[in-house]
Amino acid sequence: MITFTAVTKRFPDGTVAVDDLTLDLPEGKITVFVGPSGCGKTTSLRMINRMVEPTSGQVLVQGRDVMEQDPAELRRGIGYVIQAAGLLPHRTVVDNIATVPYLLGWDKKRARTTALELLERVGLPAAYAKRYPAQLSGGQQQRVGVARALAADPPIMLMDEPFSAVDPVVRAQLQAEFLRLQQDLGKTIAFVTHDIDEAVKLGDVVAVFHQGGHLAQVDTPEQLLAAPANDFVADFVGRDRGIRRLGFRLADSLPVQPVDAPRDSEWVLDLDDRSRPRGWSRRGVTASMQSGGGTFTTADSLRTVLDLTLTSPAGVAVRVDQHGVADGTVDHAAIAAHIQHDPIRVAR
Amino acid sequence: MLQYLRTSSPAVLAALGQHVVLALLPVLVGLALALPVGYLAHRFRWLYPPLLTISSVLYAVPSLALFVVLPVILGTQILDPLNIVVALSVYTVALLVRTVVDGLASVPPAVTAAATAVGFRPLGLLLRVELPIAVPVILAGLRVATVSNVSLVSVGALLGVGGLGALFTDGLQRDYLAPIITGIVLSVLLALVLDSAIVGVQRVLTPWSRMGER
Repeated sequence: MITFTAVTKRFPDGTVAVDDLTLDLPEGKITVFVGPSGCGKTTSLRMINRMVEPTSGQVLVQGRDVMEQDPAELRRGIGYVIQAAGLLPHRTVVDNIATVPYLLGWDKKRARTTALELLERVGLPAAYAKRYPAQLSGGQQQRVGVARALAADPPIMLMDEPFSAVDPVVRAQLQAEFLRLQQDLGKTIAFVTHDIDEAVKLGDVVAVFHQGGHLAQVDTPEQLLAAPANDFVADFVGRDRGIRRLGFRLADSLPVQPVDAPRDSEWVLDLDDRSRPRGWSRRGVTASMQSGGGTFTTADSLRTVLDLTLTSPAGVAVRVDQHGVADGTVDHAAIAAHIQHDPIRVAR
Repeated sequence: MLQYLRTSSPAVLAALGQHVVLALLPVLVGLALALPVGYLAHRFRWLYPPLLTISSVLYAVPSLALFVVLPVILGTQILDPLNIVVALSVYTVALLVRTVVDGLASVPPAVTAAATAVGFRPLGLLLRVELPIAVPVILAGLRVATVSNVSLVSVGALLGVGGLGALFTDGLQRDYLAPIITGIVLSVLLALVLDSAIVGVQRVLTPWSRMGER
């Protein structure tokens, strides 16, 4: 869908921003470009819609060399989201979302109808349609930015640090909603960030860039954490790789003990009359399930389960079925043993 | 005073009408010239310093001198109102070029970059993004130019060109206060009305600029 072949970008001052980049972005997936500042990740992204032109090499979008296409036409076919949204301050929210449809010459009514649908889709009330960007919070502007990128339903989206200007709580929210949206839409997305946690969370494929515009490693997030290609990647990926990697392993094949199996702990699991865990108790002292660890299902990751065993007073995480009925327990020794043997399963 | 207004009101109204035309026509001409020149100075940065110097020098030429010299350059009669229009147009351009450049520079680079990236072509970018966002700054300059033109037109009366200034020369020659007061009051009122009109235009054109605070 998007292919870089031996692409180099040298700026007039002699700086090499991107050096001999060869990379294939899989269709319908999120490819994250991550790396320290000055590593060429943004320059690479901007070569996809010809905001930056390669010095040598070739960028193909849907099989066509971008340098052989009209820049404006090319850009109208590619959704674009940037940090701080970059909305047009003199246009209302609905007109901002409809920017590309207007440029494509859609009739006004159709463009606005589409824009209103998208406003709802990104989680903003219809009442916001008539507001101006300055009247929205940073997070709301960013949602409008995403809606604008989606308005003409382009198969490709470029996202340049779209969530880095908002506070961590809003960022986590936007990330979760973005992943949900992408599940429905299946766009081919190139996503730039300097935040490795964001890269690992959002990417189907993560491309780690090294200073000087070299590609250090291209892999799935799980593989990146499991097997960094070199010291630079290991260092960049950061500490706690082992624990973070467990976030990609599902608990579906984790062996559990029966709920009533004897445990070497004085804490007893309290169940209600339908066998749903209520909490832990010991000699008249009780801890609710919320404060004393919690429960997990087979759809949770091993990281979540391990964390539960560490916060539960009994050192045990409780598994429940889809009705919330307790159907097994596991302690951290069992998780450790499981990690040694179980083949990798990637949670998505 | 009342006696004067009663007998001379047709003449006063004619002077007022002429004053409006002589003041406003240069504003329109000046804006029409300043927009492309300002755009070029914005687009090609090296043009800006020399253009700024030229406009400052032009603006520094005394109006009376310009009124006198222009007929020689243009080949017009000394009494031709065209001299006033051309002179004031020159001042307006000198004032507005800077304003247009400042206005275009007030557009956040992130906005132009984002607009380009979603597929605006250069002309569409200028007409539908940059100029609309520059409107508050440009209109602020236009207010200064308009009010200054209203006062400068009066100077033309010294050359015998009409407008409200003619009331001053008339009053001075006849040693008669009424036309002078009428001229002053009408000049001030005219400046106020035109200024308010531009503010009104701005309110209509830029509802978004008042929405800064939530």
